[in-house]
Amino acid sequence: MEPSTVDPDHELVVRAKSGDFSAFEQLVALYERRLFATVFRIVRNREDAEEVVQDTFVSAIEHLASFREEARFYTWLMRIGLNAAFKRLKQNDRNPRTVSTVADSGDSYADIPHPQFIAPWRDGPVASAERKELDELLGRALGELDEKYRIVFVLRDLEERSTAETAALLGMTETNVKVRLLRARLQLRERMTRALGDESRQLVQHHEHSPE
Amino acid sequence: MKCEELLKALNDYVDGHVDPAVCEEFESHLAGCNPCQVVVDNIRNTIELYRSGVPYEMPPEFHDRLRQRLKSKWTKVFGARKE
Repeated sequence: MEPSTVDPDHELVVRAKSGDFSAFEQLVALYERRLFATVFRIVRNREDAEEVVQDTFVSAIEHLASFREEARFYTWLMRIGLNAAFKRLKQNDRNPRTVSTVADSGDSYADIPHPQFIAPWRDGPVASAERKELDELLGRALGELDEKYRIVFVLRDLEERSTAETAALLGMTETNVKVRLLRARLQLRERMTRALGDESRQLVQHHEHSPE
Repeated sequence: MKCEELLKALNDYVDGHVDPAVCEEFESHLAGCNPCQVVVDNIRNTIELYRSGVPYEMPPEFHDRLRQRLKSKWTKVFGARKE
């Protein structure tokens, strides 16, 4: 559990664990919409979002007894939901890729991978690509991110939570959140630019130069 | 500021949280470094694309179906345990 905070849902969780369905229903009512909205942004269609949300709560019921409240209930639920959403994306992916190219072991700024493919995006990529294709591309790129970066990206950039909130939800320092978000954004930038960048206008970065 | 240092300040800059002194350095680097400019644009476009699309409200009929499914699951898990 994140330091010096008590889960606001603690009492409901205790009652639910003792078998009180109405307490669990209250937890569902508190979070179903938020979970649905976030999951929808990942799977990008209604049917899948409904199934993922249902699977998430079903899984929460199955594992409630072993939930030790080391994280907040909402964080725990969100993690189950994100895993279910990414599993669904993989099942739906008609062009699965096996390689994840960028090495990203640490939580420090020391070895942040440099941008490789740098090019302005082609004009109106959003307009020219089929929306469905674009959605698949977005989903696939997110699915290829390491989970520890993906959850930070989802909370910070999709749920638009602050660095402090994200840090509290995940029980990590704000610095770690920042480093992970940077890695996530850079990796997504790389993948999206490889797909949508204008090759004829590709640029090379000279890491050592210091323009003055 | 070098490209390398710019990377570290990138998020704060994109989110508009960068300290004014750093911001000035950042922008003077960008003015002379086309690749970094493009990287910043790419990142903004990427975030924008992920946030785009119409937010989807949870369908009301799903709420009811979900309750029924969860109730039946609950009975299986907790009903069995209580006996």
